Amino acid sequence: MKLVPIAVVAAVLAVLPFLLSGYHQGLATRVAIYFIAILGLNILTGYTGQISIGHGAFMAIGGYTTVLLSANHHWNLIATLPVSLGISFVCGLLVGVPALRLSGVYLALATFAFAVSVPQLPLKFSKFLGGSNGIHTAQTKSHLWLYIVGWSCAAIAFAGAWLILRGRIGRAFRAVRDSELAAVSSGVSLPIYKTLAFGISAAFAGVAGSLLVLVTNGFAQPNEFGVLLSLQILIGAAVAGLGSLWGVLVGAVFIGLLPSVAPDVPLIGSSHGQDVVFGLIVVLIMLLLPNGFAGFLRRFEPRVKTAIKADPKSS
Amino acid sequence: MIGLAKRKTAVSTGVSIPVLVILLAAAVFLVIGSLVSSIFAQQTVAGLAQGAIFGSLALALVLIYRATEVINFAQGELAMATTYVAYQLTLWHVTYWLAFFLTLLIAFVLGVVIQVVVIRPVQHSVIAVVIITVGLFILIDGLVAWKWGADLKFMPAPFGNQVYHAGSVAFSRQDLGTLLVTIASVIVLWLLFQFTKLGLAMRAAALRPAAASLVGVRVNWMLALGWGLAAVLGAVAGLMTEPTQFLQPTMMQAILLYAFAAAVLGGLESPAGAVIGGLSLGVFLNLIGQYVGFASAELRLPIAFALLLLVLLLKPNGLFGRRQVRRV
Repeated sequence: MKLVPIAVVAAVLAVLPFLLSGYHQGLATRVAIYFIAILGLNILTGYTGQISIGHGAFMAIGGYTTVLLSANHHWNLIATLPVSLGISFVCGLLVGVPALRLSGVYLALATFAFAVSVPQLPLKFSKFLGGSNGIHTAQTKSHLWLYIVGWSCAAIAFAGAWLILRGRIGRAFRAVRDSELAAVSSGVSLPIYKTLAFGISAAFAGVAGSLLVLVTNGFAQPNEFGVLLSLQILIGAAVAGLGSLWGVLVGAVFIGLLPSVAPDVPLIGSSHGQDVVFGLIVVLIMLLLPNGFAGFLRRFEPRVKTAIKADPKSS
Repeated sequence: MIGLAKRKTAVSTGVSIPVLVILLAAAVFLVIGSLVSSIFAQQTVAGLAQGAIFGSLALALVLIYRATEVINFAQGELAMATTYVAYQLTLWHVTYWLAFFLTLLIAFVLGVVIQVVVIRPVQHSVIAVVIITVGLFILIDGLVAWKWGADLKFMPAPFGNQVYHAGSVAFSRQDLGTLLVTIASVIVLWLLFQFTKLGLAMRAAALRPAAASLVGVRVNWMLALGWGLAAVLGAVAGLMTEPTQFLQPTMMQAILLYAFAAAVLGGLESPAGAVIGGLSLGVFLNLIGQYVGFASAELRLPIAFALLLLVLLLKPNGLFGRRQVRRV
């Protein structure tokens, strides 16, 4: 682990709130939230090789947990975070169990189904979960408070991810990703580690969801946690480059800031213009940097080339 | 095409006996129910019309999945965009059915172009293709909303608004027309695949890319043609959806999700399964919505997906899927 880049990023983040207006602090907090969620997805997809298009649903679970606890039971907002972490962890384990039997495209579809179904539940159980207007907690905090809490959580998440991935569990995850057969024959239990990866990954997403609710003035709404959120997280992870912790920051900045930067681009000032730019850039990045930003950085590292380039005839 | 050559050994094809029995039983149940209750009959026909749309979009997904083992998340948005093209044509005073066929042509070209330009360069990586189609989803959505606006648009009704009466049962001409057009397009496609040399080449390219290229099939172009045909099917689905939903950029999103469920239900590999899966899903959702109080409109999507999950866990190859044996 390189300490210099961490110190630089930490220093920039510490100075940033003094330079930014409240609105921009809010944007920076969103980046922190996406950072946590993408980190979670990266543990699952990048390190364990299990694709998920359902992380928006875990974020919804975390978000609704926070609002329910603080609105109905008057909990302190910070105190709700560990609870939503725990609940999403359990939900992740539960989703992970059926996911054991699926892989590849089938897993993508099943998790996508999860992402679509969960935001429908508040509409059905509207007495408890508030229907399409969602539920609201009266506890709101300043932009600065959110910024500090958001990035503190991001730092804890980063440290946590690093600790998990460097040790025994991380090795097992990578073994599962690279070859399930080899992993099993070296004594790595597939059911345990795959469900564990789902749980950990969901726990990260849950905390991100809790924070997202706080940034949107304490509202938890089904729209906020729709399919688009899941797709954004996946895109963020792809832009970041799967299997790298450093790219995650770039991925988070990409999905956090691009939608608000795009309106300033000439010719397409309209609100739909940002979708055009967002989609176009996603396609271009995948064409030009198929391994994401992390892959781009890796090009500059001097090392023995283990080129896994596709056969020239195949493209 | 070495990158695409996967060791795949298909053992058995076609329908197993239990599945056939279940389907027959379901058909008998529907017929008897329709004879007993007129509401049941109306819901069944409406469900079949809806299901035909799910089926044709599901078939589009299956066409692409068979060839390259990826799921095109932009399939629904592509269908929506081509429906807007038809809308633009009717604004220019092209008659509906001429616009219909012109749109299918444009959809075909669009599908081929997308495959060649953005899919082909990354087709060796499933996750890259999936993410590109997700990017296309957002891009197409933005382009359409930018060009035509996000508000509702209206097209002339293709079949008129008449209602036929058979006894006490009322069938809308709209439902029957939808059913007819989608089934006809599926049959045309089946004829193409089954009885033309081009269809044979496309099937060969999908099943055994390496072997096909050895006997002179241009596999890459066959894949591009597959995308084009999938886009045409999507356009049919979009045009048939328009009269019930009107034109808006989000019109195909829910339908794409039902099409996923239908495709999985039929087995992602099976074209016939996709169509039957779509029809069954449409009827099932309509009937359960009519007769089960708890299953209100909000639960339509979760129910479809509970079904999808159930199929994936109990019979991962779907009702019609081939049992696949892969060597490690």
